[in-house]
Amino acid sequence: MSSEVESGTIDPTLEQENLSLEKYRKFLPSEVQREIWSNKFLLFVENLSVSFDGFKAVDIPHFGIKHGELRVIIGPNGAGKTTFCDLVSGKTLPSSGKVYYDGKNISQMDESDIALMGIGRKFQTPTVFDSLSTYENLLLALPGNQHWKHNLLKRESSEEKNQILEILEKVNLSDCRDMPAKSLSHGQRQWLAISALIISKPKLLLVDEPAAGLTDLETERTADLLLELAEEHTLVVIEHDMDFVRRLGQKVTVLNEGKVLAEGSLEEMETNEEVMEAYLGR
Amino acid sequence: MKPVAHPLVESKRSLTVLAIIGFVVLPIMYSMDVLTIGQINMIGRYMTFAILALGLDLLWGYVGILSLCQCTFFCLGAYAMGMHLAHHGGPEGIIDANGWKLPACLFVVYPYDIGESSGDALVPFFWKPFWNLPLTLLLGLLIPAICSFVLGYFVFRSRVRGVYFAILSQAIAVAGWLVFCRNDVKLCGTNGLTRFDIIAPAESLTTFHPEDAKDQWIASHDGDMAQDLNADGKLDQLDYSMAEVGFSLAEPTVQLSLYFITLLCLFGSFFLCKWIVNSRLGRVLIAIRDDEPTLNFFGYKPHQYKIFAFCIAAALAGLAGMLYIPQMKIITPSNMEAVRSVLVVVWVAVGGRGTLRGAILGALTVNLTYNYLTSEHDYGFFSWSPDYWPIFLGVAFVLVVLLLPNGLIEVVDRFKEKFGKNSNPNSIEKA
Repeated sequence: MSSEVESGTIDPTLEQENLSLEKYRKFLPSEVQREIWSNKFLLFVENLSVSFDGFKAVDIPHFGIKHGELRVIIGPNGAGKTTFCDLVSGKTLPSSGKVYYDGKNISQMDESDIALMGIGRKFQTPTVFDSLSTYENLLLALPGNQHWKHNLLKRESSEEKNQILEILEKVNLSDCRDMPAKSLSHGQRQWLAISALIISKPKLLLVDEPAAGLTDLETERTADLLLELAEEHTLVVIEHDMDFVRRLGQKVTVLNEGKVLAEGSLEEMETNEEVMEAYLGR
Repeated sequence: MKPVAHPLVESKRSLTVLAIIGFVVLPIMYSMDVLTIGQINMIGRYMTFAILALGLDLLWGYVGILSLCQCTFFCLGAYAMGMHLAHHGGPEGIIDANGWKLPACLFVVYPYDIGESSGDALVPFFWKPFWNLPLTLLLGLLIPAICSFVLGYFVFRSRVRGVYFAILSQAIAVAGWLVFCRNDVKLCGTNGLTRFDIIAPAESLTTFHPEDAKDQWIASHDGDMAQDLNADGKLDQLDYSMAEVGFSLAEPTVQLSLYFITLLCLFGSFFLCKWIVNSRLGRVLIAIRDDEPTLNFFGYKPHQYKIFAFCIAAALAGLAGMLYIPQMKIITPSNMEAVRSVLVVVWVAVGGRGTLRGAILGALTVNLTYNYLTSEHDYGFFSWSPDYWPIFLGVAFVLVVLLLPNGLIEVVDRFKEKFGKNSNPNSIEKA
């Protein structure tokens, strides 16, 4: 039977199947095609899904962030935006599917290993170490000293010190250099968290609600800071504040119920029927 | 920019006070017969508790790991030293069939099998390394450190944290106590290790094998006792220990030296902890206490740091145990009881959690008070009974927690702030 197929009379259904398989291969990066994909995308996911007690919080067949891109992810409450970040940064393990970063599958790795590969993350609430001073918070964020052996004997070099002072200057925290982080205001804590992220020199930054709880002026300055960062880094920003998103003026991805609903500029999204429906809930 | 004192820098003055009291005042008081050697000895013992408390403070105050098994590590060190002392001590000398000296306390509780003669009671293999003092000192530090490493590796790597770790460590303390209570373990069961006479550093350096000591002894007695050798050529039930050269623990000078050694070790431990806390690693330890999950996202592996701190604390506990034994002259499993480890937490909490000075202050204060209040006092209008001690400790603990959340060290700091000449009002003294 197999000789018949080989001798030329090709089954039309089999041909169809081969064709669709070919399409499938092109569509989803296999181990071989991963390299080609990773030239284009710094981060891409395939068939990524996670469920909590049967509820599918995230279900994304394919999604990629290009090198050097600033992507804003918006979506109504419970759309899976933060869960997506959790999956990428290793806080949550995916139920199925894979996350590729820089051509490597990182979906089963520890969050610390992922961080060492160059994915930095800022959480919704500013996570700073309360008892440590502003300066020490940034000292810990410096890359290259994460192993315990490196920390016992080594002191910070003058170069590292300057780096910290420079960034403190940039975010107007120079005056609070030696103050414990718990005595900072909410906005200052947000900036400290962002500064810590910047100083750790990640290739990809996941910024979760940077404008939450900030004053208008602070929000503006945060947006400028992120745009400045986008010149050198790849950024994924999650945000609720539409003014803030407008100010960033970048490509927007709308998530809803764990799925990618639409992609495009914010203006396009605002006129998109489906998106409006998801937000207003009909 | 305001000059703000670094919050983690420990005040030097309280240390100087401790050094002056420890090295000058107390020895002078002893030489003037104000203090007896027994009291000096007692203070020496309490200083070993201060070393134990330092270890726990590093662990609990800085990393936020509440370990309720520090006394188990203390006893591992204590038993190591105890085995050395028991080996060399004891008025009776008993030589086992292999020619190795059987410690008297072990002989008393040795579980013979039925039909076995006392001559078949052999010294267990794990006693033998402790014949040698340097090896004992090394093992006394290494055994607690290795035990804590194994425990920490499995527990911290699987991210067991907070109260779950506290419960687990308490269970380990109970398990350790049960193991050491058994006679089959050949660590003298509930009787514990006793009959400590001498520390024999020179002896154990020159001769590792006790057979040499036996020959020496026979030589020193001009072979008079040769007839006491039984047919197998083994010494049995012989006053053998006297043949050894060493420092008698009953000598006041030896006890005073032990006191000074303990004091030096206390300062050594303090500076070790201080160095760790002030290093970059110390910042990571504090960050673990503040927010461990976030630290992961900076690329740190918190379990490495926690294991490190746990091992240091265990080694310090072992050191404290080794210093405690020659001054206490007995070690029994009751020192490993779960409540003992909890008491260490009380010392640290009373003194001031998260300050190294506080741990020392707490351990010394609570224990000296304990010493004073567990004897009867007649104040005329009121007579104090030792039975009141637990009530006093309970009330003191509650009051400290309520009124002085940062411990007694807060009182010292406030006092210093008020009356200190160069006190800095901006300083955030909380380390």
